[in-house]
Amino acid sequence: MAREIWTLAEQHEGHVEKISFELLTRGRALADKSDALLASVLIGSNINREGIQELFERGTDKVYLVEDERLAYYLNDLYANVLTHLIKTYKPVIFLAGATTTGRTVMPYVAGRIKTGLTADCTELDIEVDTGNLLQTRPAIGGNIMATIKTPKHRPQMATVRPRSTPVAPRQEGRKGELVRVTIPEELLKGREERLDFHGMEKGEATIDDADRIVAGGRGIKKGENFNLIYDLAKWLDAAVGASREAVDRGWAEYPQQVGLSGKTVVPELYMAFGISGAIQHLAGMKTADSIVAVNSDPDAQIFQVADFGIIGDLFEVIPELIKEIERRKSEKE
Amino acid sequence: MKLIVPIKQVPETGNVKMDEEKGTMVRDGVESIVNPLDLYSIECALKLKEEHGGTVTVISMGPPKAEKAIREALSMGCDEGILLTDKAFAGSDTWATSYVISEAIKTLGDFDLIVAGVRATDGDTGQVGPEIAAMLDLPIATFVSRINSIENGIMNVTRLVEGGYEQVKFSMPALITVVNEISFPRLPTLRGKQTARTKDIPVVKKDDLAIDSDSLGLEGSPTRVVKIMRPKVIRNGVILDVNKIGIKKAVEELVNFLEEKNFV
Repeated sequence: MAREIWTLAEQHEGHVEKISFELLTRGRALADKSDALLASVLIGSNINREGIQELFERGTDKVYLVEDERLAYYLNDLYANVLTHLIKTYKPVIFLAGATTTGRTVMPYVAGRIKTGLTADCTELDIEVDTGNLLQTRPAIGGNIMATIKTPKHRPQMATVRPRSTPVAPRQEGRKGELVRVTIPEELLKGREERLDFHGMEKGEATIDDADRIVAGGRGIKKGENFNLIYDLAKWLDAAVGASREAVDRGWAEYPQQVGLSGKTVVPELYMAFGISGAIQHLAGMKTADSIVAVNSDPDAQIFQVADFGIIGDLFEVIPELIKEIERRKSEKE
Repeated sequence: MKLIVPIKQVPETGNVKMDEEKGTMVRDGVESIVNPLDLYSIECALKLKEEHGGTVTVISMGPPKAEKAIREALSMGCDEGILLTDKAFAGSDTWATSYVISEAIKTLGDFDLIVAGVRATDGDTGQVGPEIAAMLDLPIATFVSRINSIENGIMNVTRLVEGGYEQVKFSMPALITVVNEISFPRLPTLRGKQTARTKDIPVVKKDDLAIDSDSLGLEGSPTRVVKIMRPKVIRNGVILDVNKIGIKKAVEELVNFLEEKNFV
């Protein structure tokens, strides 16, 4: 039996989610390098057949399909039971998932249960061909260095990858694969959790997810009410407001605004960082923005290394002056 | 209600300086604090205790100085603290850490709920909460932003997930991880600090637990760090210093840059 590398495909209301196709970019590279099969696990109910075909066309060789009404939505007990059953039955060597709320919950739950290594939020994945060991690179020590981690003795080697950190795998029309329908033993489909309701987030203020422009604040903002400065500037630039982990941890901004490995990965045309030192974990979430502007009072701040334009100075002086200057030039143009 | 809150002491990593040659963190002068995200789980547990009665026990694995983190939790109003410390625990990855903590929790008798932070700000994995739940075979709800009700051993909560809020219910005992929307952490009170200062904090070592020595520490961890490196410089931008050229000039140049790129 060929060695298998697995990805966790996620679906919502039967539609295969984008992260599932992003993971195929990672998985395909590892499978090709180590001469393994790439397989995707898809759990749900009434799953759209086109989504399954798209998994094949974007590079997976095999889809393990588990369909049951009770599995329509992620419930940890049931999903953990299904994944544990699949792992024990088919013995993959590597298992990758997105660092989504589901991936961040069910992957450690399964790893805890079956005793294997799990590495969160990998930014790079490679494989040692002779040993089959997965080389998992991620930021460590508060995001200030990069560490490469191995799981030498346990299988599968499990890892999560941030959504949007890789493009989706290219599509090859008509590419085929093997569909394996798996029936799960009835006793594994009994859980202690029940999903009651879902409320979509209100789309009031611009969210950072797909914003073309983002103005973000960090620890240098010093206190919550000072974030109003960032909002003021964002209005002038028609930008969404983001924040570093430091700012969110202190309650100055909300979690959905958090940019970085532990928040969101964003790729705007303009990213302006105020009072953000630029720990690797933050850089990992924004370094691919088209233009990056940084303002920080510390000349050694790492954020300047990724900036196209930087000002070493006090953001409390720079922002008001900046708003004044933008206002002046806008009125000149009118 | 018997509530358990696992917490971690972390370095204040906001301004970490690195030893460029060794690629390691300069730990001198770096203060240790309670993981800021654990303050939300402590607050959540204290609120539940106020509403439903009961006790809050904090448990932490770390070096002996992690006792300070436990005392801080006690000064916020937690009732008991337990410190898991042993040289054999050092170097544990998330699996091995969760193993020690879950085995220690087993010795505490029946409980209703474990409330954990979503992750620690140093390791940043968010894995220990779910791994503890798995090892204790508990239902889990992660990223909880609101507790709606607790009735007849059934907990009803709201989770912050992609694109919205999901409401779920599950039986207790259970484990939840909480996000900062749950409630703003209180400050320690003067009386709390006085009580915390003199409180006896039991120390639990490897031999106090029925654990498999081969599953501990660096050697017993499934994962292993094999390489550490500093990231390279990515862009070479224009960096202006306000102290050298003045605020007006610096901002003018910035707006020129923004205009060139059509942002203004």
